[in-house]
Amino acid sequence: MGREVAESCVDTMLMEMVAMYSGRFYANKPELAARRIEAIGYQVGHQLSERYTMERPRFSDHLEAIKFICKDFWSEVFKKQIDNLKTNHRGTFVLQDNKFRWLSRVSIDPSSENETEDPSTPGESKAAQAVSMYLYFPCGIIRGVLSNLGIPCAVSADISSLPTCSFVIRVKA
Amino acid sequence: MAPVGPRSGDAIFSSIDRVNAELFTLTYGAIVRQLLTDLEEVEEVNKQLDQMGYNIGIRLIDEFLAKSGVSRCVDFKETAEMIAKVGFKMFLGVTASVTSWDADGTCCSIILEDNPLVDFVELPDTCQGLYYCNVLSGVIRGALEMVSMKTEVTWTRDVLRGDDAYELQVKLLKQVAEEYPYKDDE
Repeated sequence: MGREVAESCVDTMLMEMVAMYSGRFYANKPELAARRIEAIGYQVGHQLSERYTMERPRFSDHLEAIKFICKDFWSEVFKKQIDNLKTNHRGTFVLQDNKFRWLSRVSIDPSSENETEDPSTPGESKAAQAVSMYLYFPCGIIRGVLSNLGIPCAVSADISSLPTCSFVIRVKA
Repeated sequence: MAPVGPRSGDAIFSSIDRVNAELFTLTYGAIVRQLLTDLEEVEEVNKQLDQMGYNIGIRLIDEFLAKSGVSRCVDFKETAEMIAKVGFKMFLGVTASVTSWDADGTCCSIILEDNPLVDFVELPDTCQGLYYCNVLSGVIRGALEMVSMKTEVTWTRDVLRGDDAYELQVKLLKQVAEEYPYKDDE
């Protein structure tokens, strides 16, 4: 086992990174904040992938590379594997983590959602927006890993039932 | 039963949730890199890293107090020892030492023997003036402010800038009197 640090170091650092970009730098431009947070994740994924695949033979196809993310990569980073993998065999993969570590301490208070009864505001609460901002980071990581393996793709996250989180990977043809 | 008295940094570190340090180190590196791209001015990057650290420090102090069982330190000397021996150990898994006290015991140096933030890091020439580890000084400043100590924390030696060690100078500026709505003995 290599070097370790307290989990709270990573948790608080990610929280502050998101707060910095979405709160201080681009408070009124969430799409710019999202792009920066995704870019940071991409960089991390790219570098981690480089380190974790050094000793392996090349992956023979997309599915092999995705399986690597589900098993080896997820275990290194989150100490568990992806719980469920689905694919339509046409370049879309859905990776479901039933207890995504970075969301396991997040809960969206239903009462705060009820406060916004003004029908003109979108149905998404502030908390839900903050969570989706946070998820650009792991989405960026996955895209970074796959891009390093020569697979260009787009990645999004679905958290309709917390703390389950599904990552949807669409490989670019 | 809750542990009585302070626990050693080693004991806490081995009992808390830990993660792969590569993720931590590479994420921090990616943040610094993105900030350098977005902000252009190195001075501004230093400032943002410090601010980020400050915000982290005001969160981590709670965990530090809860898990270490440390109670009120008798003086600033004891505080500095706690940061070096317990704080650095329980969060980063490294030890630090305290040296160079001034005569009135309000200013000292914390020397890091090992620094997980800089694994794999090399600074290009374009980053002259960058205090890469500025997040750490911010963390100490933020954490101490939550226990009523105003401090100034500056890097005096930095291996990435060609020095032989990582050394932080911690200077106590003011001890703010705590105002509780109750007395200690009630």
